[in-house]
Amino acid sequence: MSDAPDDLAAVFRAEAGRCTATLIRVLGDVDLAEDAVAEAFAVAAERWPQTGVPDNPGAWITTTARNRAIDRVRRESTRDDRQRAAHHLHEAEMAPDDDPELGDLDALVEVVPDDQLRLMFLCCHPALSADARVALTLRLLGGLQTEEIARAFLVPEATIAQRIVRAKRKLRDNHASYRIPSAAELPDRLPVVLAAISLVFTEGHRATSGDQLVRADLSDEAIRLGRLLVELMPDEPEAVGLLALMLLTDARRGARTTGDGSLVPLADQDRSRWDRALIAEGHDLVRACLRRGRPGPWQIQAAIAAVHADAPTAEATDWSQIVALYDQLLAVRPNVVVAVNRAVAVAEHLGARAGLDALDGLDREAADAYQGFHATRAELLARSGRGAEAAAAWDRALALTTNPAEARFLRGRRDAVNPGG
Amino acid sequence: MAQYLLSVWHDEDYDLEDPGDDFPRIAAQVDRFNQELTGAGSWVFGGGLMPSSSATVVRPADGEVSMTDGPYAEAKEIMGGFWVIEAPDLDAALEWARKGSLACEGPVEVRPFQGE
Repeated sequence: MSDAPDDLAAVFRAEAGRCTATLIRVLGDVDLAEDAVAEAFAVAAERWPQTGVPDNPGAWITTTARNRAIDRVRRESTRDDRQRAAHHLHEAEMAPDDDPELGDLDALVEVVPDDQLRLMFLCCHPALSADARVALTLRLLGGLQTEEIARAFLVPEATIAQRIVRAKRKLRDNHASYRIPSAAELPDRLPVVLAAISLVFTEGHRATSGDQLVRADLSDEAIRLGRLLVELMPDEPEAVGLLALMLLTDARRGARTTGDGSLVPLADQDRSRWDRALIAEGHDLVRACLRRGRPGPWQIQAAIAAVHADAPTAEATDWSQIVALYDQLLAVRPNVVVAVNRAVAVAEHLGARAGLDALDGLDREAADAYQGFHATRAELLARSGRGAEAAAAWDRALALTTNPAEARFLRGRRDAVNPGG
Repeated sequence: MAQYLLSVWHDEDYDLEDPGDDFPRIAAQVDRFNQELTGAGSWVFGGGLMPSSSATVVRPADGEVSMTDGPYAEAKEIMGGFWVIEAPDLDAALEWARKGSLACEGPVEVRPFQGE
């Protein structure tokens, strides 16, 4: 028998989202499901140190949570907000088992994968704001506490709490269904889920001076959700593309910051510190999804990351292929961020002059508000020997930066090119 | 089945005397949409409103009421019409809103009614 408290935390991380997903279907109510799962984990914390962890802890938690919820509904069924759940349970003809471990665990576990997919689409409903989708996904599927989400996003806890309460209320007031979108709806619904997972990953991947550890957790959670989605929707190449992109990006985690949290640009990274296993897995996924012949923005971005990962040194990068991929990406996702990244590739391929020309061709208004545009322009100006203009561009970039690690990097670049300037 | 309000919004007050060149096309589109709603059994009620300049606000004042000319809120955006529909869930309501928005060529707000 292993150490129960440690096991409990591991079970929680692995099973909380899964159990909540099933309980929402069984109970027809998100809040009731959350309460029941929390209660079941409390029972486990009390019991498992004596009895040991059951063989199928997830099923044990789910069954215990269901039974607790049924007891509670019976006790409190006069209250309005419990009536719906009682009705739902009655319709489903669910009766509590006397002993969770004697219940029909296999049947209960079998339906679970679909439930997590339902929950993913519910949390990422397009009627919610992007922020609310991310918070709700982390809370319900990731099992993160409100306080943890707040810390990871550097947002006050009350803000996250309100975001989650509001989102849950909106879904309930609007009679949002707990179902997987039909094939006809998927082209609209799946990109919303992918965007939310990507947001979680990007937030975790962005270096900051603060809570490094919590943020790394976010990247791990995003990859877990990405894997789950691919497992549940293996025929969606864009889901595979997003997972590949996250793995290939995460492979550079150890090389992209120095000990004090400063950013190391791709060209200067110690490539021996890239995680070869993640790169290999990412490569396999890119090849697998591109073979389907249904390219999309996530697959193209993954392909770009794969070309970078292929190069033994920055100089050996196949920039012409990267420019070609950015041309494709720009065609399906025309925005300033993609256009600036394309200009960077053009500069590497054809020289700083060509890169600056590409930047000058962009829509001024959108470009001016984007920090990356000014930072890139500064680099290319400096490379062309136009130091004063470069310093001015770095100042513009600095004024638009909120991330301390990024600011430190930009200031360092500016001062290195224009010492004392 | 739940009921939802689908309201149609305009950037500014419109003039029904001079509805513009787009009006016949939009009216025909909305007509077809209404038929589809009715055919699907989702229609409860709906209609277009006269311009907001035609509105009067009545409000309570010491057991009596006072009246003012003009709309309640002096907003730039005004509601020009609405549908009340019946739909099994939010996704179905949003699908009707999508069709309605394309038909009337303007934004449509979806709000659920209270009660089951």
